[in-house]
Amino acid sequence: MPYRRTFLDPLITTNPITVQILGLCSALAVTSSLLPALIMSTAVIAVLAFSNVTVSLMRTVIPRNIRLILQMTLIASAVIVVDEILKAFAPDVSRTLSVFVGLIITNCIVLSRVEAFAMQNDVRSSFLDGIGNGLGYSLILIPVASVREIFGSGTLLGYPLLPLVSEGGWYTPNELFLLSPSAFFIIGLLIWWIRARHSEQVEQPGYTLHSQEDQEVA
Amino acid sequence: MTVDLLNIVLRAMFVENLALAFLLGMCTYIAVSKRVETAIGLGVAVIVVQTITVPVNNLINRYLLMPGALEWAGLGAMDLSYLRLVVFIGVIAAMIQILELTLARFFPALHHALGIYLPLLTVNCAILGASLFMAQRDYVFVESVAYGFGVGAGWALAIVVFAAIRERLRYSDVPEDLQGLGMAFIVTGLLALGFVGFTGLEF
Repeated sequence: MPYRRTFLDPLITTNPITVQILGLCSALAVTSSLLPALIMSTAVIAVLAFSNVTVSLMRTVIPRNIRLILQMTLIASAVIVVDEILKAFAPDVSRTLSVFVGLIITNCIVLSRVEAFAMQNDVRSSFLDGIGNGLGYSLILIPVASVREIFGSGTLLGYPLLPLVSEGGWYTPNELFLLSPSAFFIIGLLIWWIRARHSEQVEQPGYTLHSQEDQEVA
Repeated sequence: MTVDLLNIVLRAMFVENLALAFLLGMCTYIAVSKRVETAIGLGVAVIVVQTITVPVNNLINRYLLMPGALEWAGLGAMDLSYLRLVVFIGVIAAMIQILELTLARFFPALHHALGIYLPLLTVNCAILGASLFMAQRDYVFVESVAYGFGVGAGWALAIVVFAAIRERLRYSDVPEDLQGLGMAFIVTGLLALGFVGFTGLEF
């Protein structure tokens, strides 16, 4: 596959969240405001790129039957580095994200890209694939987090956009947007919108109904 | 004491349901919930794995990793808690492997039923998440057994309910572009909304 496609495909065509159904947990849990979502996206891009590159470098020497444990260890090391960096330089965000940074290890995007892509491809395309999938993930995370923060607390990145009633403005924050269910609704609607535009992604129903005319003829 | 433990189980099942309140294990949740029978199989596997891994990780955390945990070896000043992630995921992978071998040897029928789901659970964030929450909250050993069982049961409950709804959903008239994944998200959202109702409940 040409490098360009390797990089661009995961953005929409094979987006990890809306098409591959990977990495949902963190996508849903860290999106109640934009800042943690941005940090989380950066962390995931870094971990994906790092583990894709290292696994791709080692792909010829990894014995097949212990590859999962090796891959997990490599991913875990990358995640620990990211986690320690966050604790050192952004302790507040690190506290907000709590266990979710650690959970990048079990974020299925990372393992599946490593297993499905980096094990078979050269370093350069593995790197691009890692960055591409990370960006595809961010592409869903950022709009969801923006919507939730704007409507849930009237701010964006902490900067007040909609003046709140409690501060003499007119906007009463809709607290549903701060609760986890809203993330499902927003991603569901986002998938609807993407599929309305990219009809090749629409799932076929498991059955078909005969139309009225068919039944009359029969 | 018994009341405390029951409290932990019920809290973990309903108020802090890993799937619907903390949104953990979502990939498997959405991907393996098309039929009720498979959902039950996966649910049982999660209960078993959680009830084993959370207490084991609790012991490891208490006697090896926590700050001051190596007191018994005369290394009280050591703090290995940064190794938590690697160790926990290693323990989970090992436990699942051992469980699979044991089941295959002594309970072939059960192994046949759960077989394909067990390896999947290594990368289920609900499993690692439960261990991390356990470490964060400083549960003692008995509490961690209760917590492990509670989160497992809560997750199983959530996926079985969801699979049952999805089975019915197959025959309903969903807008074409929303078919499948999109609708699954919206249904999960409604379920999660129901579970929000448990917030703040004290047993």
